[in-house]
Amino acid sequence: MTHTTLDGTAAHATGFGELPHLMSLMTGDEKHGPAATSTLDALWVLYDRVLRVSPATAQDPARDRFLLSKGHGPMAYYAVLAAKGFFPTAWLPGFGSYDSPLGHHPDRVLVPGVEIGSGSLGHGLPLAVGTALGLRARGLTDPAVWVLIGDAELDEGSNHEAIAYAGAAGLSRLHTLVVDNTSASHGWRGGIASRFEAAGWSAVTVDGRDHEALYAAFTAPHPDRPHAVVARVEAKEYSGEPKPKAAAA
Amino acid sequence: MDTMRERFASVTTQLLDEDPRLAVVLADIGVDGFRTAQERHPGRVVNVGIREQLLVGVGGGLALAGLRPVVHTFASFLVERPFEQVKLDFGHQDVGGVLVSAGGSYDWPAGGFTHMAPGDVALLDSLDGWTVHVPGHPDEADTLLRRAAAAGDDKVYVRLSVQTNVTPRPVDGARFLTVREGTGGVVLAVGPMLDNVLAATEGLDVTVLYATTVRPFDDAALRAAVAGTTAADVVLVEPYHEGTSTRHANDALEHVPHRVLGLGVGRRELRRYGQLDEHLAGQGLDARSLRERITGFLAR
Repeated sequence: MTHTTLDGTAAHATGFGELPHLMSLMTGDEKHGPAATSTLDALWVLYDRVLRVSPATAQDPARDRFLLSKGHGPMAYYAVLAAKGFFPTAWLPGFGSYDSPLGHHPDRVLVPGVEIGSGSLGHGLPLAVGTALGLRARGLTDPAVWVLIGDAELDEGSNHEAIAYAGAAGLSRLHTLVVDNTSASHGWRGGIASRFEAAGWSAVTVDGRDHEALYAAFTAPHPDRPHAVVARVEAKEYSGEPKPKAAAA
Repeated sequence: MDTMRERFASVTTQLLDEDPRLAVVLADIGVDGFRTAQERHPGRVVNVGIREQLLVGVGGGLALAGLRPVVHTFASFLVERPFEQVKLDFGHQDVGGVLVSAGGSYDWPAGGFTHMAPGDVALLDSLDGWTVHVPGHPDEADTLLRRAAAAGDDKVYVRLSVQTNVTPRPVDGARFLTVREGTGGVVLAVGPMLDNVLAATEGLDVTVLYATTVRPFDDAALRAAVAGTTAADVVLVEPYHEGTSTRHANDALEHVPHRVLGLGVGRRELRRYGQLDEHLAGQGLDARSLRERITGFLAR
C-alpha cells in the first residue's frame, strides 16, 4: 500500500517500526530517552486506528480533532504526523531551525494537521472544551475531540477548571489522554484517574506501551460523560528539554 | 436609559437570534441578562462557572470550531487574570473573538482595587492585532458591539463602563470625531472622558477629538487636527492608564516637532473606596483638574 506525501511523491505506508528512524532525523539519536518517546505509542495507536482524520480531511469540519496540549518534546508527534503523510518527512531534519515549520513546540499556523499551537502548559484542555462545545453548537455531534496532556501538566489549575466543567456538563465527545511518566513534582494521591472520576468523567488507566490495551481504552464506551485515558509509561529519567541534534559544522 | 452592560445583553441576545455563528461565554457574571438567550440557544450561551482561565480558553476553542465567541466578565478577570490565555488562545492560535469587559477602571469604587482594571488596554497593547472599542454612551456601545460581532475573525475588545457622556455621538467603529475646532492645540478625549474634557476646555481655543475606537489608532485624524493648530500640542485624556496611547500619538506625529501630554489613571493604588466621581477627582480627571492640567501644558 502506498500513500502520497505532500511533496507529491509516492511513499510506502509507514509503520510503527519506522518511527524511531523518523525521530532520529530530528534528534540524530536512535536511542531516545523515555521522555522523548513517552507519547509515541499512544499517539501512534490514536492516529493509526482511532482518529478519523487524514491529510485529505485535515480541513473537514467533521474531522476528529487531536489537540497536543503537552507541546514539549514534540518529536514523537511530528514523526507520527509525517508517517501519516500530513507533511513531508523531508521537513524532519530541519527541526528547530529558522527556516523549519517544526519548532520545539508546535505551531498550528505552520504545520498541516496540527490543531493548536502549544508549549505553555494548561491551554489544551480548555481549548478542547471550547472546541467540543463549538462543534456541538454547529450540529457536528459526531466528531471526537481528543487532547493529550502530561501528568505534570495536570498540575496547572486551568486543567482543573476544564475537568470540573466538562464533567458537570457531560461533554461526551471530549477525550483526554494523560501520558503519565511520573514527572509531576508532588504526584497525585489516589491516582490521576480518580481526579477525573471525581468530576464525573469515565476514566481508565492502562499500560502506555501496550497498543491493544491503549486501543481498548481509547474506544471504550462512555455514554453521557467525557472520557479520560491515563497511559502509564516508564518514569522520566531526566528533566529539561529534549536536545535536538547539533547543527552541521 | 439602560447601562452599557444592559445594552450588551439585549443587543447580543438579538444577534444570537440572527447569527448562528455567534456564541456567548460567561463565568457567572452577567448571567441574568442572558437567561432568555440561553433558553433559546442553549448550545451557544455557555456559563463555565467561576473559571476565568477556562472562560477564555473555551472562547478560543469555540473559535477553533468555527464559531465567533463573545466572552464577557469584569475587566480584571477577563484581561488581567487570564492574560496568557488571551495571548495564546486567540492570537497565537490565529483565531478571533470578541472580549467584552465591564467594571473598567473604577466602576465599583466601593469594591476596591480587586475589581479595578485601569491597565487593561495597556496590557492588550502588548499583543498584536486587537481592535479596541471604548464607547462613551450605551447607544455607542450598541453600535460598536454590533460591529465587533460582525467583524469576521477579528480580535476585538469592547470596554464597557457605567461612566457615560450625556449625549451619544455618531461613532463608526474606526474614525475619531472632531467635536470642537480651535487653533491652540488638540485634546483627544477617549470614550466616557468626553463630557469632562468638553467642560474643561470650555472657552479654550482648542480642537477636541473624540475617540471610541482607539486601536487601531486613527493617525490621520490626529495629523489633520494638528495641521490646523499653530503648535503641535496634543493632550490625551484616557479613562485607563495615563499614557497608554502616547506612543501612538508620537508615531502619528513623527513627521512634525510636537509635544504630547498623556492624562489618565495613575499607576499608584489610591486605596480609596467611595464613588466614581471621587475617583475621577482623585485621579485628576474631573473637569476642574483637567482644565488646570490642560491649560498648564498648553501655556508652557
